[in-house]
Amino acid sequence: MIRGNNKIVAFCCENSAYLAADKAGRMRLHYPDNVRIIRVPCVGRVDLIHILKAFEKGAAGVLLIGCHEGACQHLTGNTRAKERAAYARNLLKEVGIDEARLRMANIAPDMAQQFVREIEDMTEKTKER
Amino acid sequence: MAKPFREALKTKEFVVTAEAGPGKGSNVAKMVEHIELLKDRVDGLNVTDNQSAVMRYPSLGTCLLIKEHGGEPVLQITCRDRNRLAIQADLLFAYSRGIDNVLCLTGDSVDVGDHKEAMPVFDLDSVQLIHLVHALNSGKDMVGNELDGGVDFCIGASATPSADPIEPQLIKFEKKLGAGVDFIQTQAIYDLDEFKRFVEHARKTDAKVKILAGIVLLVGAKMATYMNENVPGIYVPQYLIDELAQAPKGKGIATGIEIAGRLIRQIKEERICDGVHIMAIGREERVPEILEAAGL
Amino acid sequence: MIIAERKPLEEIRGMIAGYKKILVAGCGTCVTICWAGGEKEVGILSSQLRLASSGEGTELSIVEACIERQCEKEMVEELRDKVQDVEAIVSMACGIGVQTIADVFEEKPVFPALNTTFMGMPEAEGVWTEKCRSCGDCMLYWTGGICPVVRCAKGLLNGPCGGTRKGGSCEIDPEKDCAWVLIYRRLEKQGRLDLMRKYYEPKNYRAVKRPGKIEALKA
Repeated sequence: MIRGNNKIVAFCCENSAYLAADKAGRMRLHYPDNVRIIRVPCVGRVDLIHILKAFEKGAAGVLLIGCHEGACQHLTGNTRAKERAAYARNLLKEVGIDEARLRMANIAPDMAQQFVREIEDMTEKTKER
Repeated sequence: MAKPFREALKTKEFVVTAEAGPGKGSNVAKMVEHIELLKDRVDGLNVTDNQSAVMRYPSLGTCLLIKEHGGEPVLQITCRDRNRLAIQADLLFAYSRGIDNVLCLTGDSVDVGDHKEAMPVFDLDSVQLIHLVHALNSGKDMVGNELDGGVDFCIGASATPSADPIEPQLIKFEKKLGAGVDFIQTQAIYDLDEFKRFVEHARKTDAKVKILAGIVLLVGAKMATYMNENVPGIYVPQYLIDELAQAPKGKGIATGIEIAGRLIRQIKEERICDGVHIMAIGREERVPEILEAAGL
Repeated sequence: MIIAERKPLEEIRGMIAGYKKILVAGCGTCVTICWAGGEKEVGILSSQLRLASSGEGTELSIVEACIERQCEKEMVEELRDKVQDVEAIVSMACGIGVQTIADVFEEKPVFPALNTTFMGMPEAEGVWTEKCRSCGDCMLYWTGGICPVVRCAKGLLNGPCGGTRKGGSCEIDPEKDCAWVLIYRRLEKQGRLDLMRKYYEPKNYRAVKRPGKIEALKA
């Protein structure tokens, strides 16, 4: 299990990522305890200011995890989130924050292991060296 | 001593003009070479005015040089760099120094040149410029004040016969003819059937205007393609680009000269129009060869 | 409406260097619509300024505000309480708003966060195009509703020029249409090509004496 002091914020779509996180919990899969999961009705609900504020509040990395392309219940929420994340990366670059600290991922509601991997990867990537 | 251009227009069967482009700088030696080379071979020698919006020695200055060396200058004036005051003032000066042929142009946009942040003037367009010269010719400035010392310019304009779409260009062209021009120097011509139709159309509006077909020297396939993409008003057809591409190495210019000569010869033999205007951009020293290839 | 664009962050940071407490004021009208200086953009800019400052270790505290319109003195007055407590104001309005704030709060430095670019409209989502140059002598009645002052790169009244590219795009930019080809097609559709065939005199470029002023109540 990877531990970390660096805070990760994960915006999780309630139709996919949040369910996957739940499943991981029921499967007793261990994942880093430095992650703050924020449940959203759709990853498309996450706006630029939410991402920026997460970093302002000390997040080392931010994840946007939503449904697979084509599976969004709101049709285009996940595609919009992808574009918004790309735009946000430029805003972060402007203030000297590495683009790699913001990631958008797509998973299905039963992909507990994938969910755990995302958290672990971001934790590892953003660890203070 | 060259015959006045306007006389040549009236009396000659086939009028030939060429274009000379000034250099960038106050060194006029090369310009003088070109003037000496061409002044007795052509009826009129045009000087470009910051061509392609690249800053150069002025057309007016070069026309003075041509006069000094006994040639017949055609002053090209664009609307890009000067407002209506400066243009009228320049014309008064030109006339006072014996320069009395003017080609009225809109001018290439600042964006295609080397001073891309400059303010483009375009206080007037080419049709308004033609009207302006007529006003001066009648002894008044363009707002109606009497001039102390008039002018008498031979007025020319340009045309783009192979524009696509052609209809808007024809409307513009008719306005120029309507304003009253003595001669037309067209953009580069390659399709003679298309050009014949254009000339016929022009004749319906003005039977007397002298039309000189533009002949641009192509020196290679790459140059031709570059001009298509970057030089306003030029459309080189694919079959000529192919002919240039197939030319043996080092024979690019020779092929270009042959093509130019061929076109001129055909225009003269079939009496398609009243003459030609040869533009050997950056290669003025080749104009005599073009004339030779054309049998002139 | 007025279209503007936010300046690069570095430029804005350069303006406020040395100030520790600032007000970032947005405008709820034109610049909100063109995504440049509305409430959302105030939030984003403020967040970025704070992130950049903390990254550098410099002190910066920001008061955020957005009023309906910055070009109205009465609305700008609403900011007075907030302005008391700050050292400088970053205005996210167009140039008109910036100057109104500067006039109302003369003792505070005011910095423009935007570059005001043109008068235009939304062509498509996120795409704004220039439509009017405020020449003060509107000629749209004879150009089929297409403005040659703005859309012709050379502002010709007797167009087109000889530089039109094949297919009818502009000499300067193959992505832009030649305005005069557009005007031709529009007038042709309406059967009013006679309007294009007329000769138009040189434009009166002094129709509006600059800086412009209109006094509606003067007799």
